[in-house]
Amino acid sequence: MSATAPTATPDRTPDKTDERLLRTSPLRKLLGRPELGSVVGAVAVFIFFSFVADSFLRASSLSTVLYAASTLGIMAVPVALLMIGGEFDLSAGVLVTSSALVSSMFSYQMTANVWVGVFVSLLVTLAVGVFNGFMLTRTKLPSFIITLGTFLMLTGLNLGFTKLISGTVSTKSIADMEGFESAKKLFASQLTLGDVTLKVTILWWFVLVALATWILLRTRFGNWVFAVGGGADAARAVGVPVNRTKIGLYMGVAFAAWVSGQHLLFSFDVVQSGEGVGNELTYIIAAVIGGCLITGGYGSAIGSAVGAFIFGMTSKGIVYAEWNPDWFKFFLGAMLLLATLLNAWVRKRAEASK
Amino acid sequence: MARARTGVRALGAVLAAVLGASLAGCSSTGGKRAEDARKAQAAAGKSAVTTPRWTFAMVTHSGDGDTFWDIVQNGAEQAAVKDNINFLYSHNDEGQQQAQLVQAAIDKKVDGLIVSLAKPDAMKDVIVKAEKAGIPVITVNSGSEQSKAYGALTHIGQDETIAGEAVGDELDKRGKKKALCVLHEQGNVGHEQRCAGAKKAFGGRLQNLYVDGTNMPDVQASIEAKLQADPSIDSVVTLGAPFADAAVQARKTAESKAEVDTFDLNAKVATALTAGTLGFAVDQQPYLQGYEAVDLLWLYKYNADVLGGGRPVLTGPQIITKNDAAELQEYTERGTR
Repeated sequence: MSATAPTATPDRTPDKTDERLLRTSPLRKLLGRPELGSVVGAVAVFIFFSFVADSFLRASSLSTVLYAASTLGIMAVPVALLMIGGEFDLSAGVLVTSSALVSSMFSYQMTANVWVGVFVSLLVTLAVGVFNGFMLTRTKLPSFIITLGTFLMLTGLNLGFTKLISGTVSTKSIADMEGFESAKKLFASQLTLGDVTLKVTILWWFVLVALATWILLRTRFGNWVFAVGGGADAARAVGVPVNRTKIGLYMGVAFAAWVSGQHLLFSFDVVQSGEGVGNELTYIIAAVIGGCLITGGYGSAIGSAVGAFIFGMTSKGIVYAEWNPDWFKFFLGAMLLLATLLNAWVRKRAEASK
Repeated sequence: MARARTGVRALGAVLAAVLGASLAGCSSTGGKRAEDARKAQAAAGKSAVTTPRWTFAMVTHSGDGDTFWDIVQNGAEQAAVKDNINFLYSHNDEGQQQAQLVQAAIDKKVDGLIVSLAKPDAMKDVIVKAEKAGIPVITVNSGSEQSKAYGALTHIGQDETIAGEAVGDELDKRGKKKALCVLHEQGNVGHEQRCAGAKKAFGGRLQNLYVDGTNMPDVQASIEAKLQADPSIDSVVTLGAPFADAAVQARKTAESKAEVDTFDLNAKVATALTAGTLGFAVDQQPYLQGYEAVDLLWLYKYNADVLGGGRPVLTGPQIITKNDAAELQEYTERGTR
């Protein structure tokens, strides 16, 4: 159920037996946070790889891990919010590719300034988000079905349009066009400090996490998200605009997909139309490791960031540890399962101690 | 309702702004206009022969949106235009599904079949069926060992092990000591053969690295991690053209001096070869695989010609370096190299 208290008018003489009004110590509050378990999991994974892999603790290695986590984390934030709101988005992975393709092909075909393509891509991507949300609220079908449909349609459109317009399965390079350099600064630049290279996606990631946390905990929309995910009918009964909230959440996913898509385009300047399939699952995994409940109503944006960080550490840590690559996927799965189990165990202990 | 109307009006205003911006915000460099200006009018394809309009079907194991198979298809289509052939193309990366597509072509009573044998066991029965139905079969790309046994006329392709060995030799020639082989599809037999071939011929040490080919930033970060973990790596070999660029960026971030080399070509690889950011590329000439398959089927129907004498006809490996790249660039841009 929802973690936030309903907006009942506080009584002047509070009933001391009401558990919602009991004062809680800061430690208790910390133990009640949804991301606590994942933080413990992240620390465990970090310590593990510091011992197993020599090169893991180097600053340059950590910046690589952060980059891997950030490209995943940017998408995990809105996907976590959507899950708190009780819905899934299976089209998120391919939407990233669509967004990059639209931007690249519009600029190229119109011989327009690259920024025009970037802006058009934002509109198109948001429109897909609205489409998902609108179809969901109108048809009352499960989000699984709706976004599965969108996923397949986008996969086909990506390939079909790219082939139709460019004649090949990847886009043409737009690196020599006006506006490319400035757009690259915003979406794919990097800052070098000594031997450490920090990518701008890390900044985007942190900003999105901060923004999403503020929305969730400090705004009315955040309350609606928890309410909608906890019980849509109950939420509707107390006047929460359920449909608008869900459409808003899908637009959030679309916005992040646009950011990731532009990063993809401006860091590689050619986009392959078949990419992105399967990544939607990774985003969901990051959100779940970070403490989001698959059933909705519970979770946090910071948790999704920690989940993305665990995923980034594990997938790159295995490379730093130089384990036999034939077993890579097995190690990845086992580490994630262990991190999540630890996460669940810690959370249960925390809840029991209340 | 009023809100909806303002919403529509706002959307209209935004669209108008976009259209205005796209007209005003033109780029004076690059883009389609530049391409059109560059490209003289392409000669419209016309058939060069008056043989009956036969129908050939090509069924491959390509996934969706694969650059390599796109070029194979281009080659086949252009040969089909020249030979007055009605050309049908279909593909599926699951062996069983690919077999069903071949069956569909047999049902259609096509005059010739071109099949890739990435999963030979799944394809055996349908190929025998095609021959029983009197349809000549040519195998392309993978399956050079099975082709003759299954009764195909000819096999056109590259032996992946030989291609890998060519890479190993070239690395030796360049004095490399420690190489990395980046596989972007775990479990792909051809990929394993390439890396194994390179390992066999290479005098130094070669390690494999598996990356997730559908996620480019992840490919880059993984290569980066490997280069940081082992700074003594002096060459990185990617198995597909799009991954070469990711490797180049990973090298930059990891501040490694490793040379990046790749299998397959595309426009970006050609540019990078000319600029010297890539060492060499190994091409198996996919265009030739498609083109020759159609052309040889036509020769068989017209003149009962067979090429190869029961041995595979190799289209590669061709090692491409800085010297050849400039010439190939134009061809990569039009999607035939």
